[in-house]
Amino acid sequence: MSEPILRVAGLHGRIGGQQVVEDVSFEVPATGVTALLGRNGVGKTSTIKSILGLIDRTGEVHLGDTRIDRMPTHRIVQQGVGYVPEDREVFGSLTVAENLRLAERDAAPRREFIQRLFPDIHDRRAQRAGTLSGGQQQMVSLARALVNENRLLLVDEPTKGLAPRIVDEVADALAEAARTVPILLVEQNLHVIRKLAERVVVLSGGRVVFTGTASDLLDDEDRIQRFLGVHDAADPHDSTAGSAR
Amino acid sequence: MSTVVLLLITGLGLGALYFLVASGLSLIYGLMGVLNFAHGSFLTIAAFLGWEVGRRVSDGTWWGLALSAMVGLAVGAIVAAATEYLLIRRLYERHIEQALVTVGLALASVALFEGIWGTDPIYTRKPDWLAQTTEILGAKIPNDRFLLIACALIVLGGIVLFLRRTRYGLIIRAGVENRSMVTALGIDVRRSFTIVFAIGGAAAGLGGVLASVYYGYVSAHLGSVLLIFAFIVTVIGGLGSLTGAAIASVLVAVLQQFANFYLAGTGDFVVVVALAVVLLVRPRGLLGKVA
Repeated sequence: MSEPILRVAGLHGRIGGQQVVEDVSFEVPATGVTALLGRNGVGKTSTIKSILGLIDRTGEVHLGDTRIDRMPTHRIVQQGVGYVPEDREVFGSLTVAENLRLAERDAAPRREFIQRLFPDIHDRRAQRAGTLSGGQQQMVSLARALVNENRLLLVDEPTKGLAPRIVDEVADALAEAARTVPILLVEQNLHVIRKLAERVVVLSGGRVVFTGTASDLLDDEDRIQRFLGVHDAADPHDSTAGSAR
Repeated sequence: MSTVVLLLITGLGLGALYFLVASGLSLIYGLMGVLNFAHGSFLTIAAFLGWEVGRRVSDGTWWGLALSAMVGLAVGAIVAAATEYLLIRRLYERHIEQALVTVGLALASVALFEGIWGTDPIYTRKPDWLAQTTEILGAKIPNDRFLLIACALIVLGGIVLFLRRTRYGLIIRAGVENRSMVTALGIDVRRSFTIVFAIGGAAAGLGGVLASVYYGYVSAHLGSVLLIFAFIVTVIGGLGSLTGAAIASVLVAVLQQFANFYLAGTGDFVVVVALAVVLLVRPRGLLGKVA
């Protein structure tokens, strides 16, 4: 395996004095998609936020050779980290174009790439982001992260609450993005994980309990049940099955 | 009819004054969550220094007033930016400490102003035209009200243009909505904090000079008095909403004028009742975001 793009060692995270991430250590390879998995409330989103410095944290985080855990959030992102938050967090009062313009850091932002990847939101660039559907808002959120040349993408539950057709579109967009940038993906939908992820890191109780290849986990029904609390589903669009809860 | 017209236009003039103070308060709270009790001090120091420069150069003339306004704008912006940089920046997310520091600064600055310029109001001169009236639909409107309204409209237009046409404006609008997401896009949002303080301070500084024209005097308590109504306007308009502040400024001032005239001088009381009603019925204000 090549040098990892992200190394997390002994990461602890706190929200309002409560420990939500506890001594988490893992690595993200410099290519492909690594899925961060676990049941609801085990600290997946908090781990992502800890890496970005959005919540109080201690421990070591390296992006390539650069130690980033002492940097403020905006500096970490400027090192080449794109972030797609849970619940999209688009700026509802701004237009789609303004949301994207705000995210542009590079001298030559990848506007044509975004236009090709998300033609629908390009057509809606003058529309306020708050008036878009959930799926369209997710596209804007993804586009904000992809408009720059990043070294790593942190993508948090991109398919949450989306219709099956949109889930496929989001997965396709992530697959396209993963060709050029490594992704750390928090995801509940096993169909999407199976489609995208090459490696998995499983959290439980704020700690890492399993790391390995995606097939190590997904081909083992017992592990899926034990770590994620679900049975794998035959129908990828069945919203009640195949999701980690 | 003429009374109603007089009250309406006078209310608009007073509302313009409230807006000049409230616009900065609202932007500062919206972006940073800072309740800036020292905002009135920016107004007062700008009013005093504007008056000092204006009277020395050309007292009671348009040139002197224009110079006062420019000094007021500059002093308000500089003092506000310095306050943010030296005091507030160290206390972000520490709301109790922020309130204590800004309240302390407000109290200390009033004492300082009293020490320099005395405790009594100092009466000012203004250009002759501003002391005259213009008849509209039978009502004799003091001309200074037109100046106040025009200046507030220019400031409103300028701030709107800044917010809509510049990158910092974009950052501020996004920051008012979701500050942490702005930082997660790689933007150092703290830089825009100083700019917002400077803009708010400049508007308050201009408001200070115009308040001395409206009231006919400058005093160490000029900012404190206007700050109370500016806070009411900011809450009624919706914390963080510039348009809300503009609408609420006019509503509050016009209501105050009518209540003063028709309800035996109860304008201040009626405004406080209006504030209570808004807090009970629509706590986020007219155009504020949902908490």
